[in-house]
Amino acid sequence: MSRRRQAGVSRALNVFGPFIGLILVIALFALIPEVQGRFLRAANFKSVATQSVIVALGALGMTLVIISGGIDLSAASNIALASVITAYAINAGAAPLAAVVLGVLTGGLVGLANGGLVTRLRLVPFIVTMGMMGIARGAAKWIAGNQKIDAPMTWVNELMAKSPRPSWLLLAPGIWLVIIFAVALAVALRYTVFGRHIYAVGSNEATARLCGVRTDRVKVLVYAVSGLFCGLSGVMEFSRLTVGDPTVAVGLELDIIAAVVIGGGSLSGGEGSILGTLVGVLIMSFLRNGCTMMGWPNYIQEIIIGAIIIVAVALDRLRHRKD
Amino acid sequence: MSAVAAASPVLRMTGVTKRFGATVALDDVGFELARGEVHALIGENGAGKSTMMKILSGAVAPDAGRMEIDGRPYAPSGPGDGLRSGVSMIYQELTLAPHLTVEENIMLGREVRAAGWLDRKAMRGKVREVLELVRHPEISPDVPVGRLSIGAKQLVEIARALVNRSRILVMDEPTSSLSQEDSQRLFEIVRGLKAQDVGVVYISHFLEEVQRVADSYTVLRDGRSVGSGTMEGTALEDLIELMVGRTITRLFPRVEHAVGGPILSLDRLKGARMAAPVTMSLSRGEILGIAGLVGAGRTELLRAVFGLDEIEGGAAVVSGAVLAGLKPWGAIRRGLGLLSEDRQGEGLALALSVADNMTLSDLGPYRRHGLLDVARQRRSVAGWIGKLAIKAKGPGQTVRDLSGGNQQKVALARLLHQKASVLLLDEPTRGIDVVSKSQIYEWIGELAREGKAVLFVSSYLPELLGICDRIAVFHRGAMVEARPASAWDAAGLMAAATMGRTSGQERTDERSPS
Repeated sequence: MSRRRQAGVSRALNVFGPFIGLILVIALFALIPEVQGRFLRAANFKSVATQSVIVALGALGMTLVIISGGIDLSAASNIALASVITAYAINAGAAPLAAVVLGVLTGGLVGLANGGLVTRLRLVPFIVTMGMMGIARGAAKWIAGNQKIDAPMTWVNELMAKSPRPSWLLLAPGIWLVIIFAVALAVALRYTVFGRHIYAVGSNEATARLCGVRTDRVKVLVYAVSGLFCGLSGVMEFSRLTVGDPTVAVGLELDIIAAVVIGGGSLSGGEGSILGTLVGVLIMSFLRNGCTMMGWPNYIQEIIIGAIIIVAVALDRLRHRKD
Repeated sequence: MSAVAAASPVLRMTGVTKRFGATVALDDVGFELARGEVHALIGENGAGKSTMMKILSGAVAPDAGRMEIDGRPYAPSGPGDGLRSGVSMIYQELTLAPHLTVEENIMLGREVRAAGWLDRKAMRGKVREVLELVRHPEISPDVPVGRLSIGAKQLVEIARALVNRSRILVMDEPTSSLSQEDSQRLFEIVRGLKAQDVGVVYISHFLEEVQRVADSYTVLRDGRSVGSGTMEGTALEDLIELMVGRTITRLFPRVEHAVGGPILSLDRLKGARMAAPVTMSLSRGEILGIAGLVGAGRTELLRAVFGLDEIEGGAAVVSGAVLAGLKPWGAIRRGLGLLSEDRQGEGLALALSVADNMTLSDLGPYRRHGLLDVARQRRSVAGWIGKLAIKAKGPGQTVRDLSGGNQQKVALARLLHQKASVLLLDEPTRGIDVVSKSQIYEWIGELAREGKAVLFVSSYLPELLGICDRIAVFHRGAMVEARPASAWDAAGLMAAATMGRTSGQERTDERSPS
């Protein structure tokens, strides 16, 4: 009986573990008198959510990659490339929608290349995507002529507006996109054959192959999907900045990976969830937001977030040992 | 306890009790081991053998009871402590570091140092000595362990325990991946250790082997010691009865079945990792056994047929369709199913649930409008759990938490679930308890009666002779001969497997050219 209760507790921890972290972070700043008033406002929460969109979109795709046992270090470069492509297309007179689609597809193409190289050449994802990190960044700079691309304002620039134009939207369209895609991916992971196969490949690739799972195809798809999300994230980056900047989002891939890991993703594959990833993204965003309000310098934020990553993974280990 | 043990026990365990939550793994168990005694610890999976050995090694602390080594209280704080007290373990699951060499593995944690530097010469000497002791001096100390066959890895594992010069050596299923020949050598090693006054605790499912090597026995059942005594004068049937608490009437239940027309035929099939092409055919309702030593090319044959290894030549035909160039997913579509010999590394995704493991190869039936009907999947899996008497809390339990026998049932259930018509079974009963074995034999018989074809690779000759219709023997990558099971006996199979020729009788045309 006590064993069943223990199992129940550990299952609850599995589901709510990341949430507890998020609540702790919010509670921490809500209790500090200096920032309490400004921190606990709907407007602030809205702005934190808006700031999270770019990392969140990248992290959605990264969650699939990490569950499948891979890693995508090219995510941030891919985001920059997509933002440059989108700006370039709009500047060249393309219809905004066409530019957005082009941006997203560029991301998908880079992902497809990652997947193809990983499966065809049998290279380690770390190496392939590290190489792609340089290639995509270089390509972005090349296309942009090593400077920012200015583009005329279009509706694309409203995707990240804190007060959206049809006011009944309440939140920026970018936030809604994150929510819609998060639900879609969560359902796909849990309730489709593709989702089961991603977990199986990450858990034990040999078993998956033995069971007739086309492991290479699963991996290519996973990297392609991750690339598409980077592309969408790049569009959002362009929307926020109103320019295509090839030097944007340097090092952001580590934030994206950290979000997945804080949310329960395991770098050895087979574990991770969309909900956890989103909570991971929010934990980091709220920390940044709170630290900024406190007037703490950037380096303090970096130290805190670094510590959080280690603590989150350490807690995860502990939980597993109990199982 | 046995008369020998009473004389001068090197190890005495009394009243050892261990609970895991609500389950009592060990209940007031006593055990004595004399110097130079080989004491067999017998019991089904889940009877408490591994818990007892973990307590002895120091990996797990008992809730109650005491242990003494040479009359001095022994309460290890961890495996390192146990090792220092002279207790060495050889585990069933290999614990070697694949990237390190044979020498580095054997000397791991016991490196010889001279003035702060590794004394390579001294270590090499020790390694040569223990490899000599396991009678495999040809294993090079410089080869990374990952490149060795599973049998050779087992020998390295044993060598590592020997270099420790332990007073008590625990061997957990040491022969489960050894060829008959290497098992014989192991028994000689054990006898040698006896002569050096080492006490050996010997855990094995192979009762014949236990009978040959052990002086005395203790049988565990459901965490209790249900009997012990000297091996001499104890019949196998008595041991089995103690283990299962009832008499097993037939170890190899035979299900009547009729052999039909051919379903799988191999025409000079040569896989990338096969030493020689193989020609053979398998019929519906037939159980074809494949005997041979470890490394004789049996596993490689199955893997080529299933599309896991590339096919370099010849053809495999299933129900009229050529298989060449297929990947596993295509093979499964054609009705093939493979049970891997490496249950934990390949056969199962240990971290996933029973339900996912059982249905992974055939999720199609649960797909509705592109989504998985998880409830239906669970119901179906629950049905299989009941039908196959798998001891699991439910479809959602992770496979890692099941005992070896139950894990194997899950792996086999996957093939039944995907409705494979040709089953390629690679060592399906390795390392599992007698009752599970007997159930698996019965299912194989049932499958044959339903008209399915079974290719059954095994290193355990009695089971091949007991349940197969026909047995093919492999030697050094080539098929020596296939004959009806009734035309073989254990000695003949062994001769063919070890020498690659049969005793002067005419050969069938299924002999492969080599």
